[in-house]
Amino acid sequence: MKGKIAIPLVIVAVIAIGAAAYRGSTSEHISEQGPEQEISLNGAGATFPFPLIDKWAAEYNKIKPKIFVNYQGIGSGGGIRQHTEKTVYFAGTDAPLTPAQAENAPNTLHIPITIGGVVPIYNLPGIPKGLRFTGEILADIYLGRITKWNDARLTAINPGVNLPDQSIVVVRRSDGSGTTFIWTSFLSNVSQEWKNNVGRGTSVNWPTGLGGKGNDGVTALVQQTPYSIGYVEFTFAKKNNLPCGYVRNAAGEFVEPTIESFAKAAEYAAVILPRGDASWADVSIVDSLANNTRARGAYPITSFSYLLVYKELNVLPNMNENIAGALVNFLWWAVHDGQNYAENLYYVPLPPSVVRHNEETLRMITFNGRQLLK
Amino acid sequence: MQNPPRAFSFFHNLKAKIVALPRMRLKGDDVFKLVCALFASSIFLILGLMVYELVRGSWLSIRTFGLNFIVGTKWDPAISRVFGALPLILGTLVTSAIALVIGVPISLGIALALSEYMPKKFGFGVSFLVELLAAVPSVIYGLWGIFVLIPFLRNHVYPHLQSAFGFLPIFSGPIYGGGVLTGGIVLAIMIIPTVSAVMRDLFSSVPNSQREAMIALGATKWETSKTVVSYARSGVVGAIILGLGRAVGETMAITMVIGNKFQVWPSSLFDAWYTMSAIIANELLEATYDLYVSALIHVGLVLLFISLVINILARLIVWRTLRLTRGIARE
Repeated sequence: MKGKIAIPLVIVAVIAIGAAAYRGSTSEHISEQGPEQEISLNGAGATFPFPLIDKWAAEYNKIKPKIFVNYQGIGSGGGIRQHTEKTVYFAGTDAPLTPAQAENAPNTLHIPITIGGVVPIYNLPGIPKGLRFTGEILADIYLGRITKWNDARLTAINPGVNLPDQSIVVVRRSDGSGTTFIWTSFLSNVSQEWKNNVGRGTSVNWPTGLGGKGNDGVTALVQQTPYSIGYVEFTFAKKNNLPCGYVRNAAGEFVEPTIESFAKAAEYAAVILPRGDASWADVSIVDSLANNTRARGAYPITSFSYLLVYKELNVLPNMNENIAGALVNFLWWAVHDGQNYAENLYYVPLPPSVVRHNEETLRMITFNGRQLLK
Repeated sequence: MQNPPRAFSFFHNLKAKIVALPRMRLKGDDVFKLVCALFASSIFLILGLMVYELVRGSWLSIRTFGLNFIVGTKWDPAISRVFGALPLILGTLVTSAIALVIGVPISLGIALALSEYMPKKFGFGVSFLVELLAAVPSVIYGLWGIFVLIPFLRNHVYPHLQSAFGFLPIFSGPIYGGGVLTGGIVLAIMIIPTVSAVMRDLFSSVPNSQREAMIALGATKWETSKTVVSYARSGVVGAIILGLGRAVGETMAITMVIGNKFQVWPSSLFDAWYTMSAIIANELLEATYDLYVSALIHVGLVLLFISLVINILARLIVWRTLRLTRGIARE
């Protein structure tokens, strides 16, 4: 009996120790390789830019076969946490760092990499896209003040549309998300009651509505529930062919959400972008458009998505000059050539003014005090 | 490749040394006993670490809100930053109760059919399919809930329920499709495999002498089945509690169909609600400040506590019934 049990135990132990020794020897082998070594650039954060960054990773690997970009879509909050704990080389977030967050991660650079729009979608049998909304009306719908589709305020701005005498089923996100942050920022700007009672945030204390999980969840709920209204990232509305509402901007126009109207919005905001290493806490396209009566053609619920990197890369553990150089080169490529992949995936390419701004920011990145881009 | 032989010789020497001690010879049995004991005691370590981590993570929230967290009815991460979990606790318990009300009779029926009524070959096929249900990932149940069950219930079931029982408040109000009842139904489907499989095993293990005695007394099949269930009733309670445990902790499927509306009490069975595990899954990733994260971990701590209480209650019931049946047997 004893031999039957003892021998397998010994064998298992031998295999385990042997495997550990073997692993140890291979990892030494890799680190002894020269400058031609493979480099993994690890990032994590917002899910919104994930498809774009994933595309970048694949395309960049074709140009630089030794460079592997790994980006995990774990959410903006998780991205900021990992950036603060210095466990990733770059992080993605839909909202800039708050002053408190910036204090925990000093010398962080903000790099806007793409632009997204949040659009109202609805399920009204027989009514195509183009139903008009104002921010005030959207806020009152989401506050539960406007409960019928044929409310006088909706019919007044939608002449000729036969709005049904049906209750509005409000759909919103149940999970915390950057989409909700942008949406509630917009509602806070246009409605004092929203600002005081609900506020802006990745998740808020919703006065009403059904919660769907993720953009997919909201899309599915709206598609299946007649007389519902929801909000999603533009890409989801487009991919699923959902009717989008037109939203009135401060200039008084009802603007169709399109890649062009998002880009317009970003251009107006880009005039006042802070330096890459300054505080970006107040940067918000939504806010900058809130009272900009001259921003013609700009869709008001638009936002940047950012990558965060440290200005001095030697604060990261395991960082060396090779990796630092590869990281900066990849970021440079992403804000230039990488933008060509945006439109096919329904992302908004950065306007030239923002690209120039990013160039300045990227030139600030150093390793051990030496500038990486000349 | 020097290490493996060295390791081998180390074990070899160790064994030689052990063999050399004639009195304290370590037998294979003892080694096995030791290893098993280590594995068994690791459960204390795991549970202890879990509680420690949960308490540590939720400490900020415990200090800030204290007991108000349990009885609080407000969840406002954006403005006042006040967190209270009562609606979540109620939502979890009520949806789980609905799941039991729907799922337990069905499971009982399946188990009895398999152990008492069906021919063995057919029964094997059925139990195989039921167990397959248990292997379906919960997110699949959620997707199926969204795309198949919800439209079906909204269009073909709930309107009839409402027109028949609409005078009752629990069947009144607007019908969205998703909601408390839909959540309960999905949970019921998810607990049926577990509960019915345990019950079937229990009923199969009832000694045939019980059945033979009943038949000898002229009992019908139905009366015999009742005896079988009552013979195994402590185990049946255990099976139900197992199902409750699964329902309480279920996350993905429920969050996809319940509507995730934070409110103390829904206006009807068709209204949306929220559960503890669902809010953790929904909000933890984007929880942007410490108190928020801490409050979500606090919800996890409460959930763990409730699961423990449910299980302890179940044990007490099982012990009680066992004592009673033994008493009857003695008489």
